[in-house]
Amino acid sequence: MVRTLYGSRIRSQATFRTSFLADLLGQLLVVSTEFLELWVILTQVSTLGGMTLTQVAVVYGLGALAFGIGDILFGEIDGLSTQIKSGKLETLLIRPVPVLLQISSLDLSLRRIGRIVVGLAMYVTALVLAGFQPTAATLLLAVLAPLAGALLFGALFTVAGALQFWLVDGREFANAFTYGGNYVATTPGAVFALPLRAFFTFVIPATLIAYAPTLTLLELPGPALIPAWAGWLGLPAAIVAWLLAGLLWRAGIRRYTGAGG
Amino acid sequence: MNLPEQSSTHSARLAVELVRLRRDYVVRSPVAGSRRRRRQVVRAVDDVTLRIDRGETVGFVGANGAGKSTTIKMMTGILQPTSGAVRVLGRDPVPERRHLAREIGVVFGQRSQLWWDLPLRDSYRILGAMHRLTDRAREQRLERLAAGLDLGGFLDRPVRQLSLGQRMRGEVAAALLHSPELVVLDEPTIGLDMVSKEGLRRFLREDRAERGTTLFLTTHDMGDVERLCNRIVVVNSGTVAYDGALDSFRERLGAPRELVVDLEEPLDVLTLPTAAHTLAVEAGGIRHRIAFSGAELTVPTLLTAIGSQAAVRDLSLSEPAIEDLVRQIYSRGGRL
Ligand SMILES: Nc1ncnc2c1ncn2[C@@H]1O[C@H](COP(=O)(O)OP(=O)(O)OP(=O)(O)O)[C@@H](O)[C@H]1O
Ligand SMILES: [Mg+2]
Repeated sequence: MVRTLYGSRIRSQATFRTSFLADLLGQLLVVSTEFLELWVILTQVSTLGGMTLTQVAVVYGLGALAFGIGDILFGEIDGLSTQIKSGKLETLLIRPVPVLLQISSLDLSLRRIGRIVVGLAMYVTALVLAGFQPTAATLLLAVLAPLAGALLFGALFTVAGALQFWLVDGREFANAFTYGGNYVATTPGAVFALPLRAFFTFVIPATLIAYAPTLTLLELPGPALIPAWAGWLGLPAAIVAWLLAGLLWRAGIRRYTGAGG
Repeated sequence: MNLPEQSSTHSARLAVELVRLRRDYVVRSPVAGSRRRRRQVVRAVDDVTLRIDRGETVGFVGANGAGKSTTIKMMTGILQPTSGAVRVLGRDPVPERRHLAREIGVVFGQRSQLWWDLPLRDSYRILGAMHRLTDRAREQRLERLAAGLDLGGFLDRPVRQLSLGQRMRGEVAAALLHSPELVVLDEPTIGLDMVSKEGLRRFLREDRAERGTTLFLTTHDMGDVERLCNRIVVVNSGTVAYDGALDSFRERLGAPRELVVDLEEPLDVLTLPTAAHTLAVEAGGIRHRIAFSGAELTVPTLLTAIGSQAAVRDLSLSEPAIEDLVRQIYSRGGRL
């Protein structure tokens, strides 16, 4: 059933081929520009948070890849307030399938694949250039990290979406939440002052998505609060985040049936 | 109706049981000259008690804002009642919403549940997967629905390209795909022309006759109730103003349909079947206004009777506005 749901979205996208291509190119441009900004900063200071350009590129590529996968699978959830206002949510509630799954497959935007492509290319290339020495364990981490990161982003999207059960005009707020998370994830965590770093590691675990795994993969010493083994914390953090997100979502649905929009 | 004995308790044999159902909405409206918002409670459903046996067909009518859609949302688990009890097919709708969704089919005439960018056929593939139908079961059912609702011509067109009438038939098929025991329709004929309405009603009757489903529908079109329901429930301001068999409802309120015929040659008196009577003869015997009961007499039968006495040049038919009937009930304080 999950396959039918997502598969049909892909089919509907394929019918708009030209706009799809335009969107894809746009995405490539956005991602490249973002990285260019980081690069410009690096030409000024030569290291960012103790990392060289290639090392930053690993963080950036991994973060973009994780965000890309998370966005393509769960990115629609933060548009929940639109579904509530248009009454679409009511039609989702009368089906025997969890609303969360229906919404996440509602608009599987293939154009978002651009970010995944760029992220993946950058991640792999930069890893090689940065002198990644794979062992069985670190190779596993290299594969696991983008997936755990995607799950973390998914949980973040779900929290942002669930909050809209309370804040009906919450899309802007949600965007700040998720795209802010993306910004933090693609930036070396050491550049943040300690309180902020703690916040983005333990509250919104964005540094665990790309920065911490990069430290572990490249065997770099971490800054205070983010030890090298923190790279392995992505998956457990994702599980905890999903538990919380799931609870919040259920509370949101209960609030909706109680208040009625 | 040949229904298997479901359970020993009476309430399990009921399709729908609403007891003293109430629902308030909390509305926060801005107050002029203040940043605070005023909290206001709107009582959409006040005190609705209703028991519907399996296999019944119930028309749920009332003026705009009477609380019909809100009642349906409580029956389908979309909204939690403020107080009172709901049971639908023996289940508590809100906690058992997804279970219930397998057993009921719902159409909200004002909303679409089809996938806008996909060919209509794909919506049924997705819904079939959601309801865990096998490919074969789905295709068989879809074949039946496509034939009955005349979907064949546009099954492969994207939903956004369909006309309102085509889309609405598609919506009904979507609600019936999983062969639900209870069919709940909220204004299924809204915006349809007479031909589409008749087609839809005919199929709903057929499908009900085949499967013995329970039907619950809201409408502003008396024709829907006449053709589809044997029981009518009128709500007024969130309370039940009338609940009874359609026949007695119609009898008490008089024959509600009116036919106007213009004859080629003047004629003073037309002999009519018993279920019809002449209201007025105008234009020196050319124009006859005839009232008749739509349940006991079809228009063709009536026209055949007239045609045997005089040639008909022109005719028009007025459906009784359900609002008129409802207004009559309201003005009598809910008693007939
Ligand atoms: N989400 C909501 N928030 C606040 N008030 C609401 C909401 N939905 C409905 N109402 C109010 O509740 C009352 C009943 O509305 P409801 O939609 O149940 O009426 P209805 O009988 O379906 O009317 P209609 O024939 O126009 O569809 C109305 O006064 C309406 O304004
Ligand atoms: Mg309504």
